[in-house]
Amino acid sequence: MSETIQGIEELNLTRKDFVPSNEVRWCPGCGDYSILANMQKTLPVLGVKKENYAFISGIGCSSRFPYYMDTYGFHSIHGRAPAIASGVKLANPDLAVWVITGDGDGFSIGGNHMIHVLRRNIDLNILLFNNRIYGLTKGQYSPTSQLGMKTKSSPFGSIDRPFNPSAVALGANATFIARALDVDGKGLQENIKRAQRHKGASFIEVYQNCVIFNDGEFSDVENKATRPDSALFVVHGEPMIFGKEHDKGIIMKDNHPKVVSLGGDWSEKDLLVHDETNSNITNLLLEMTFDPLNPTPFGVLRAIEAPTYDELLHSQISDVIRIKGEGTLEDLFYSGDVWEIK
Amino acid sequence: MTKKVVRINEATIRFAGDSGDGMQLTGTRFTEATAIVGNDLKTIPNYPSEIRAPLGTLAGVSAFQLMFGSSRVFTPGDIPDTLVAMNPAALKVHLKDLKKGGTILANANAFTAKNLKMAGWETNPLEDDTLNGFTVYSMEMSKLVGKALEDSDLTSKGIERTKNMFALGVLFWMYNRPVEPTETWLRKKFGKNPAIAEANITAMKTGYNYGETTEIFTTSYAVEKAELPKGKYRNITGNVAVAYGLVAAAKKAGKELFLGSYPITPASEILHTLSGLRNFGVKTFQAEDEIAGITSAIGASYAGDLACTTTSGPGMALKTEAIGLAIITELPLVIINVQRGGPSTGMPTKMEQSDLFQAVLGRNSDAPIPVIAAQDPADCFDCAFEAARVALKYMTPVIVLSDGYLGQGSGPWQIPDPKDLPEIKVTHPDPSARGEDGFMPYARDENEARPWAIPGTKGLEHRIGGLEKENLTGMVSQDPENHQLMTDIRARKVQKITQEIPALEICGDSKGDLLVIGWGSTHGSIHVAVERARKAGRSVSHIHLRWVSPYPADLKTICDSFDEILIPEVNSGQLSLLLRAELLRPIHQLNKVRGEPFRASEIENKINEILG
Ligand SMILES: Cc1ncc(C[n+]2csc(CCOP(=O)(O)OP(=O)(O)O)c2C)c(N)n1
Ligand code: SF4
Repeated sequence: MSETIQGIEELNLTRKDFVPSNEVRWCPGCGDYSILANMQKTLPVLGVKKENYAFISGIGCSSRFPYYMDTYGFHSIHGRAPAIASGVKLANPDLAVWVITGDGDGFSIGGNHMIHVLRRNIDLNILLFNNRIYGLTKGQYSPTSQLGMKTKSSPFGSIDRPFNPSAVALGANATFIARALDVDGKGLQENIKRAQRHKGASFIEVYQNCVIFNDGEFSDVENKATRPDSALFVVHGEPMIFGKEHDKGIIMKDNHPKVVSLGGDWSEKDLLVHDETNSNITNLLLEMTFDPLNPTPFGVLRAIEAPTYDELLHSQISDVIRIKGEGTLEDLFYSGDVWEIK
Repeated sequence: MTKKVVRINEATIRFAGDSGDGMQLTGTRFTEATAIVGNDLKTIPNYPSEIRAPLGTLAGVSAFQLMFGSSRVFTPGDIPDTLVAMNPAALKVHLKDLKKGGTILANANAFTAKNLKMAGWETNPLEDDTLNGFTVYSMEMSKLVGKALEDSDLTSKGIERTKNMFALGVLFWMYNRPVEPTETWLRKKFGKNPAIAEANITAMKTGYNYGETTEIFTTSYAVEKAELPKGKYRNITGNVAVAYGLVAAAKKAGKELFLGSYPITPASEILHTLSGLRNFGVKTFQAEDEIAGITSAIGASYAGDLACTTTSGPGMALKTEAIGLAIITELPLVIINVQRGGPSTGMPTKMEQSDLFQAVLGRNSDAPIPVIAAQDPADCFDCAFEAARVALKYMTPVIVLSDGYLGQGSGPWQIPDPKDLPEIKVTHPDPSARGEDGFMPYARDENEARPWAIPGTKGLEHRIGGLEKENLTGMVSQDPENHQLMTDIRARKVQKITQEIPALEICGDSKGDLLVIGWGSTHGSIHVAVERARKAGRSVSHIHLRWVSPYPADLKTICDSFDEILIPEVNSGQLSLLLRAELLRPIHQLNKVRGEPFRASEIENKINEILG
């Protein structure tokens, strides 16, 4: 585990410890506020010392996040936060390193770094703010914007097919993938906790409302009234149930997920059971994302154990030292054919 | 028959063959044996950028040259005395460079009708008058090794492969070099395959004995030990020297070394060398691209490691934005550019010094950075060490300019006593640095360096980043006054590094008619040219810039003492342009962009032309 294990009580941290004195400057109503508040609420209960957190971000509205967290922070350049964070973690494995990124930052300019940090399984936590738009540059379509979306740079509708970021993460063989909603504090906090405790690269995709340039993009799941019927919150080992009355579920039919009503022909035991260690299930959930006939899945979609790059690196260093002995400069300098001039 | 041994002061040998003929290895082994004998030397490889250009073609010729001697050797030699040509293409490509009356050793078996045609020879040059005026030793190398290895278990192809060792053996005999070090080396290299090791050793000894016994050779050469300063030496390439310099700096600073890098010719050997040094605690990270190479290093630096990134021109271009980030966040970082011919991917295996503008100026905005340039392979060690020391002391990225010629070329390195290397003092602030108004991440010490508070330190939580920061507090600030102030401070900080630069060494008199100013790997050729011109009675001196940004404090005074200035560069005049602006006076240029280093004679001619 990355964190220095200490009693949470002993650390005695509260939300206030993570709130700096400077002003937060997102647009009023931006989904970023809720994400920030939930992060500040969750960190005190994770057992990590305040000074051991490092928040690394790229560029975008969301990437201003580190300025609003009273921890160590690095607001860097567009798209590169995963690579910077990799260096931070490899240099100092004791740190709990968070990457804060947007859909443009993480999946356009930084797409390459994103897939590789996930592939390597470096013990970082990546929080992707997906608002399906470029906020900071004032409203161009992003790599997650829907086909046909009209924006400043796509006045006739976007002809770019969008990414499903969590599916890309699965493609990169990420060991932890979760999806959350900015307005669902409880779910968000749970995912943050799970991600911090996960050993390896954790990827959380947060659906975030940009009130200015893409307001209502996620209205069906953001809206408290429609959410129960349009969102599916999955829990490991439990059947996939949703709906206001807990009356709907997901079954497999003809190799595809299908919504059924419980009570009549179908009961709980017919439903698919979530298994976060099974990539077929994860994949199935991810495929439901853009499917209008299915609810959008949230929660921990995948969590498997695998060796982390940082552990492997440091254990390789210790192994080589054990075998060869700790190198001295004399060893190094004299490792070739040496002659002497007297 | 007794054979004559002729004493000579120096010799230049070029090994040339098909890229599959093992010429780099042959050259390297000859170099090692020569170093052990105690000669001074310099080497330069020259190989095609295609891994396997078609066999026997002109494009597929690979060469390796070295010059060695009994006095100081500054360059790998202008024109070879001896050319080893393993096939007709090698002869075709390199014959024009050979010294008049020079020696050719050729593998006669490779001069088949097909190979001759491919190389564009109409008749066999070994058998007609083409090579009149040269001493030609035409040997049936393939056949001779075939015979010597008749009883071995190797395939005929495997046997044919050992012909380079035969050629090496002949040269060992010709120049009186010992075979034992190569014997030991072969046994170690082919430890798992003793049959191959023994076959190569047999081939080498067959070559050696061939020299000794056959009647075609009457003379061998002895080159006495060079009078180098007392001490222990080894041969080293610039790329290995850079790696060692970084490891040494990390040890001396009590830091862990982090390298974030992406492979690129001719810089990759630095990554290779460092990745083999896990037992020195070296963390190498082969990133997904150059951008991740440098940004991972920036992250490691932020978290407290001595961080570096290595690359060549096109990779440097990709790192540009991140260099700006390292400048504005004021984090220590060593950036190594082993330059090659460009633009774009240009000529990957050929040398050039054309990234000077890029290093000194190539960023958005006012973004000064210290730049140090190595002048020979061994100097790469000192430059890397010095760059790290300065980066840590001033909290700044530092660029080291090497090039393909230095990186892959080699020369003797006087092994320093680790105890004599300067200590590098690094301090990280502790919680007590948090004052009444909180921690000030952009406060400054006497060198204008800001405190390096590393994550994990209680009480010093702070944010850095690419947006302009308010002086002292480090808060984001778009205030015009503050931006002016911070820009000035960053420039002043780099300027302060002048205090680290020792007085320039003047080779020659401290005033006179002409001053030749060089930087980087042209050092050797300029030095030899100036020495020759001085011997001929010319009033000419030489200074060489190691720091090209900032300039040494005494540069202007020295320049003022000379009537004319000449700057030879393997680019179209980059330092010339920069120094014209600095010195406000006319400068003579000598430029060449052919992917090759200068010959001393080219510089000598230019000196003579200017001095009339
Ligand atoms: C190299 C570079 N290119 C372009 C930009 C301009 N830029 C800043 S943020 C951004 C897009 C941000 O979008 P997203 O990551 O979705 O973040 P949001 O603002 O929506 O949170 C762009 C294109 C930049 N800062 N740097
Ligand atoms: S532009 Fe959109 S994403 Fe950016 S702060 Fe405003 S509401 Fe939030």
